[in-house]
Amino acid sequence: MSRRHLGIFTAAVLAAASLTACGGSGDDSADAPKTLTYWASNQGASLEADKTILQPELDKFEKQTGIKVTVEVVPWSDLLNRLLAAATSGKGPDVVNIGNTWSASLQATGALVEFDDAALQAVGGKDRIVPAALAAAGAPGKPPAAVPLYSMAYSLYYNKKSFADAGITAPPTTWEQLAEYGKKLSTGGKWGLAIEGANPSENAHHAFTFSQQYGGEWFDSAGKPTFDTPQNVSAIKRYIDFMAADKITNPSNAEYAQNQSVSDFANGKAAMLLWQSAGSNLKTQNMPADAYGVAPVPFLASPPAGGKKVNSMVAGINMAVFKHTKNKDGALSFVKFMTSDEEQTILNKTYGSLPAVKTAGSDPAFSATEQKNIQETLVNTAAPLPQVPEESTFETLVGTAMKELFADAASGKPVTEASVKAKLTDAQQKMR
Amino acid sequence: MATSTTAPDADRREPRSGSPARRPARRPRGPRRSLLPYLLLAPAVVLELAIHVIPMVVGVWMSLLELTQFHIRDWSTAPFVGWENYRATLDLNSAAGKELLHSFWVTLVYSVLSVGFAWLLGISAAVVLQRPFRGRAILRALFLTPYALPVYAAVITWSFLLQRDTGLVNHVLVDQLGLLNERPFWLIGDNSFWSLLVVSVWRNWPFAFLCLMAGLQNVPGEMYEAAAIDGAGFWRRLRSVTLPMLRPVNLVLLLVLFLWTFNDFNTPFVLFGGSAPEQADLISIHIYRSSFKTWDFGSGSAMSVALLLFLLIVSAAYLLITNRRRDDHA
Repeated sequence: MSRRHLGIFTAAVLAAASLTACGGSGDDSADAPKTLTYWASNQGASLEADKTILQPELDKFEKQTGIKVTVEVVPWSDLLNRLLAAATSGKGPDVVNIGNTWSASLQATGALVEFDDAALQAVGGKDRIVPAALAAAGAPGKPPAAVPLYSMAYSLYYNKKSFADAGITAPPTTWEQLAEYGKKLSTGGKWGLAIEGANPSENAHHAFTFSQQYGGEWFDSAGKPTFDTPQNVSAIKRYIDFMAADKITNPSNAEYAQNQSVSDFANGKAAMLLWQSAGSNLKTQNMPADAYGVAPVPFLASPPAGGKKVNSMVAGINMAVFKHTKNKDGALSFVKFMTSDEEQTILNKTYGSLPAVKTAGSDPAFSATEQKNIQETLVNTAAPLPQVPEESTFETLVGTAMKELFADAASGKPVTEASVKAKLTDAQQKMR
Repeated sequence: MATSTTAPDADRREPRSGSPARRPARRPRGPRRSLLPYLLLAPAVVLELAIHVIPMVVGVWMSLLELTQFHIRDWSTAPFVGWENYRATLDLNSAAGKELLHSFWVTLVYSVLSVGFAWLLGISAAVVLQRPFRGRAILRALFLTPYALPVYAAVITWSFLLQRDTGLVNHVLVDQLGLLNERPFWLIGDNSFWSLLVVSVWRNWPFAFLCLMAGLQNVPGEMYEAAAIDGAGFWRRLRSVTLPMLRPVNLVLLLVLFLWTFNDFNTPFVLFGGSAPEQADLISIHIYRSSFKTWDFGSGSAMSVALLLFLLIVSAAYLLITNRRRDDHA
């Protein structure tokens, strides 16, 4: 082989080696400071609907600042994984939406910009933000890892006609009443209460509320899991029993994970639904607002010692900025824009949620029954989910254990205190 | 067999009388000569390192770390815990160990049944379609459709079909044929395993069919003619001609199908989502949940390494046994 051939081969080897080494890097020039990438969570009826809602606002921001924002709406089922991948790789969007329950878990990765006083000042100041929403934006004792964007809480939605037909005049205020009414409503192929039994996150939210009412906690003060306490066992059993013992929930709900319970309520197949800001979703499913009533989530008729008057988690969506952004100032100004009074009013009105800033609540849209109910719950009877780094793990483990318990209930297997405790003990042992 | 190959090799090494004097002049000695083979091999080595070896080494290293959300961003700073992840996940007295063992058995039974049924369907179809008849091409194309469809689209369609209330399967079984009084669940509970198996066989058998059909093309027609003259019927021809001639294809096909099925992630993930029912909790989903849902990447890596070792042992044993049999036959 000649020297020339050798040279060609050497070049080929080097090219092959460089191919494996350079993937994905070197986009400095493309990432001009006048652009931002934004991952929005799915809030509306579809990903496309969200894009249509957000785009005019992003255009407005571009007009004001000259910064072009490229939005991608990410479905909830993918969002946490996508965020984690971005956090790990240091590549990804500049600004993201996160479910507020994940705040502490994501904060622990160290990938998010922490909103200390200076950063909060840059987005409009701490005092503008609703305190309960801010409390659910990061681990206690640390600056928030995100800024609240949309606030929500659980409410009880009930079908007015079904209630009237069954001779029920007012929504239930206790779980005992709910079970009693549910039995009256579960006739003729219709059911009392719709549940999203195969959705671990949804299950975990109810696990939290019921546990609070029974005087339980999922983590102790040191952050250690306390899943299988008698209080938590009673709480979970109470929730599963709507299907297993009271039989006011269609067994099919045990395989619901794609918001089918909202559809069942909208289509009149179920008379009651426990949900956060269901109004806009029900509207897109052609259920007129006067067809349903909205009431606070019930409590236990006689709570045990230590039981708390909590009937919802502080639910909501936050906005976070990745540390890897090359345009931190632009990202912060985008957060400031999205949390401005004007945008808060426009977006929360569209999504049926509540503004996360105190100053934007005056629009009449926020004084409708649903919004007033959410507001009162948030102020008086909601509590944030434990802001510990293991929160997302808790959602997965306990939510999945409940999914399995619903599967047992649906297929006629007994759900007992012992079987609930066994599942919770297993879940707790898997926490490390 | 061994002795038969050494003799010609030894012959080849014998210096030939014609050209020994000229050879050194044509092939220059020195560093350049010895470098060339390595240079030629280098691209393959670099790619092999980048694609297989380095990720594998990284995976093994991760399995020795306490890799949670606290360190995932810069995983090199995660505390070294040695065998702790292996101990925690493989300890059969712990909840995690019991669950892993359960997943392992589910996966093993699932793989054996899925490969078995896929092979049976594949060989049946290949044998039936061996003879030319009208419409054979259409049937072939039809049989291969499941293999050609994108996994996600195909499996999500199955998940719609298998819904309890609105799915077509229950509509046909209960409403149209009246075979069952109650609508069974297919995506949760005990039936979920069988649903997964049906979807898996449906996806895998066209591949078996394709390979076996290709294998059958290589069986000389004279062998069947000779067997027919000897009075062999259909089953005898299948047993004594077709299956032995397909042996090399089957060896590879069964191993590949088993490895694919054992590692199958797409089918259960699309069918059930990230948290599969415990009756259908395949090991791939189990590892995914540990790593990406409960953010314990150290344990996830430990389980992956254990799984890799298991599959390596299975593959090695399989190849050893089949090679030995081939040697015995030779």
